[in-house]
Amino acid sequence: MKNQWKAWLYLLPSILFLGVFMVYPLIDVLIYSFEQGYNFSSQTYSGIGWYNYAYVLHDPYFAQALKNTFIIVIITVPISTTLALLISLGLSSIKPLRDLYQTIYFLPYVTNTLAVGLVFMILFKKTPYSDGLINLLIRAFGGASVDFIDGPYPAKMFVMCFYTIWVVMPFKILILTSALASVNPDYYKAARVDGTSSRRIFTKITLPMIAPMIFYLVITGFIGAFKAYSDEVALFGTDLNAAGMNTIVGYIYDMLYGDSGGYPSYASAAALILFAIVFTITCVNLMLSKNSELF
Amino acid sequence: MKIVLEHLTKRFPNRDKKKEDVVAVNDFSFEIPDGKLIGLLGPSGCGKSTTLNLICGLEKPSGGKIFFGEEDVTELAPEVRGVGMVFQNYALYPHLTVRQNIIFPLQNLKGDARLSREEMEAKAMEAAGLVQITELMDRRPGELSGGQQQRVAIARALVKMPGVLLLDEPLSNLDARLRLQTREEIRRIQTSTGITTIFVTHDQEEAMSISDSIVVMKDGVIQQIGKPQEVYDHPVNLFVAKFLGTPPINIFDGVVKDGHLRIGEEDVLDVKGIKDGEVIIGIRPEGFIPKENGRLTCTMSALEVMGRDNSIVSTHPLCQNPVIRSIVQADDVTGIRDGKVSFDLKPHKVFLFDKDSGEVLSFENGR
Repeated sequence: MKNQWKAWLYLLPSILFLGVFMVYPLIDVLIYSFEQGYNFSSQTYSGIGWYNYAYVLHDPYFAQALKNTFIIVIITVPISTTLALLISLGLSSIKPLRDLYQTIYFLPYVTNTLAVGLVFMILFKKTPYSDGLINLLIRAFGGASVDFIDGPYPAKMFVMCFYTIWVVMPFKILILTSALASVNPDYYKAARVDGTSSRRIFTKITLPMIAPMIFYLVITGFIGAFKAYSDEVALFGTDLNAAGMNTIVGYIYDMLYGDSGGYPSYASAAALILFAIVFTITCVNLMLSKNSELF
Repeated sequence: MKIVLEHLTKRFPNRDKKKEDVVAVNDFSFEIPDGKLIGLLGPSGCGKSTTLNLICGLEKPSGGKIFFGEEDVTELAPEVRGVGMVFQNYALYPHLTVRQNIIFPLQNLKGDARLSREEMEAKAMEAAGLVQITELMDRRPGELSGGQQQRVAIARALVKMPGVLLLDEPLSNLDARLRLQTREEIRRIQTSTGITTIFVTHDQEEAMSISDSIVVMKDGVIQQIGKPQEVYDHPVNLFVAKFLGTPPINIFDGVVKDGHLRIGEEDVLDVKGIKDGEVIIGIRPEGFIPKENGRLTCTMSALEVMGRDNSIVSTHPLCQNPVIRSIVQADDVTGIRDGKVSFDLKPHKVFLFDKDSGEVLSFENGR
């Protein structure tokens, strides 16, 4: 009994901390999301129910944000993971200058999001003075210039995905190169003695061996892409609804603090919808990875 | 299949580029008769594993040739040579079942050599039967004990019925009891398949107990090749003498003068046909006969009773080993008195080595 007291005493700081800053807000968000017409300054509400959810789900801005988020997730996660795998394979098969390349590939990870956004703006943005580097290239090859930042939706989405992939890849490359390096070289030696083709070595040995890491990256990649927001701001500015490039997290932020904000109930409902989506997708991912033949 | 190595050499560039290359295998020449079990024996870093990799084809030699039978395989890739290799850590694919692991090499076959599913299955079962693991076929390597994993690795190496089987430190990952069992097992498999087998070990007992021949190596150079007993009884130099035998050989500083072999003041043996001068004396533990007023007197430290025989532990100022261990019959403990023990020596268990080169010096017993 005395020991139990001690244990609780030791746990107290983290319980207090987590309780105040994690558990309480979570419960609060849940409560907010069901309070209809909640007023922040007077702390009053007119009723309880699913009204906030209905509002959010019928809000065209939320629909746009949902669509954007899903497009970003579906495009960037597979492409960035595949590219990262290819680059890691390349990195682990070269000897000279490997460290240099590793550093270069890792640079985006340590670079500030807004700084990277600025660079992308310079590359892609059309201003009265210049068309941006990419447009110069496009025209050099005989194409018509495109406004990537304020132009048509597909162009904006292309830049968005390109940017996201570029930003998330370094971490994946880092994880995958170390995963590849941790595969015992004896497996490859054994495969060589048996005359295994390099394609078969990759699909039957390398891939299954690093599969746990790939699944880890896919799951965290999905979660990260669903939570995208700052990258969008870096490229398209703070008024994402006007640009048509808002994401779910952006929508939540706007509902709280944006120009049209001040609606914690709508924000809470949107947050819980996002949670439900991420939770479902992660569960599906985990189930897939458990049942996979690769393990 | 007969294996012939001719002046085989392997150099590795030194990590410090200014320094000379590291010669892992230096001018290796020997012949392994068909169907024999050969132990490559030497301390860590002596080039045994490199030699195995060269024979296997995982490494390209810097010089020299390798023949399998009459065929020069020096330039051939491993899979064309027809070798099976068992790695020290077994290198079993953890995500595949035992069956899939054993079939793996067969699935790599291309063209005419390609087998049907049933044929592969049959071959895998045959290999598994050879190492007696047929009831484990659907398990994953992680669910097997070390000894069972070892068998699976051997089965995978055997499934293509290679002409040569190579084992890299096959027993080092097993516990002591399993090691004894497994080495018998390796011997049994080798005898029943008749495959020429080379295994690498740093454990002399292991090599001595199952090999038809042993090759003792040091710093990339072959020291001695021969039947285990032969090498034990007639070491060519101090290194071989020291490396073989448990307990190890006892080394003394001594002097030959006028047909007398002296350790300090004591005249321990009569020797003929050897020049006067300082020598290094090696005496096998079983070369001591305890005797009252024996010719060599040591200070007694302990008597270790081991049942079948006893081990007398003693010290002598001119002995290079920390203690002298002599194995004597359990009932033969004469010669121990007042903290001293004296011995006579069995001449054929005493070796003399040149003080500088360490080469063995031949002598005859007698006046």
